[in-house]
Amino acid sequence: MMQRLDCLRAIYDQLENCLVVTIMGAVACELQSLGHKPNFFYLQHAMGLGSSTGLGLALCLPQQKVVVFDGDGSILMNLGGYTTLARYRPKNLVHVVFDNESLLSVGGFPTATSTGSDLEGVARASGIARTKTISTIEDFKHAFDDALRANDLTSMVAKVEAVGPKGYVMELALLENRFQFKRYIERLTAEARKHGESKS
Amino acid sequence: MPVSLANSGVVYDALKKCGIGLVSALPETWLVHLIRMAEDDPKMILVRLAKEEEGVGISAGAHFAGVKSAMLMQNHGFLASINGIVSFAQLYRIPLLMLISYRGHFGERDSWQTQGGGVTEPLLRALGIPYSFLDDPAKVEKRIAEAQTWAYASLHPAALLLTRELMWEESA
Repeated sequence: MMQRLDCLRAIYDQLENCLVVTIMGAVACELQSLGHKPNFFYLQHAMGLGSSTGLGLALCLPQQKVVVFDGDGSILMNLGGYTTLARYRPKNLVHVVFDNESLLSVGGFPTATSTGSDLEGVARASGIARTKTISTIEDFKHAFDDALRANDLTSMVAKVEAVGPKGYVMELALLENRFQFKRYIERLTAEARKHGESKS
Repeated sequence: MPVSLANSGVVYDALKKCGIGLVSALPETWLVHLIRMAEDDPKMILVRLAKEEEGVGISAGAHFAGVKSAMLMQNHGFLASINGIVSFAQLYRIPLLMLISYRGHFGERDSWQTQGGGVTEPLLRALGIPYSFLDDPAKVEKRIAEAQTWAYASLHPAALLLTRELMWEESA
């Protein structure tokens, strides 16, 4: 079975030009362990709202690719969010759910995906056409590349092993991360404006 | 339906004057005109939600993107959003502007609204979220602008309670 860290490693270089939102816990720590970038925002609480944050970003910045790294425990708290994603279908949003069938950071308690609840099925039935369950690194890399190029909303479910880092405390302070991320976007939009003006 | 179209327009115009570019909403009776106005406005991004708490994440994303936003919800939607408000908007200092229809207060005939009406202000106070009332059309623009100014100055959620007096035209 594949590991989340290997998935992240396989696509890390492609995140350079994306706005990246992760949920709390292992995903945030593992992405940071590969090297923090100012375009990464780690939502360290508010379970369920990672996908909503990505939607807000994607709708307000339609020219910018937005990637959300979600988890089964989080998305199960906001299944209605799938229907909102489907309703607005932002072309620039790639939603990845790392499904380890457990609430790993609190001791590995099994979630409902361990007893058969199928997140790809929920996404599809919510109206998201581009959705897929993935279980190998090769497929993950391919599906992620494809999603970045697709120009359509994609929500993929990556089945991963329930293993994570040793600890969950990150050195980067929450607020430092938040202000850095906002400043990064401010620079990005200012440059885009300048570029737009010079073209016209 | 005796929801005030004129006063809904006053509220909507005030939001536009404040530079609001995104509105998230979950329909409820008092909000119907406001939501239609947002829907008919090609310059407004309207996000219809499944549950109000999603609006906290969407507004945070909009804030990061440099877009001013407002959440339109019933007070029961505020109750349903509290974890998001605390563990995102307050934790990460997001200037959330919430317009909350104050159902279940004096004059309310719908018995199912009354429990929520009784806890709305105590909860706002418990959360340390400052609020003011939208009860007089002449003061709506000023109160919304002042709440937004404070939210951005403090990087904290602020609430405006849409009252029966403003939103409902039928006499009690």
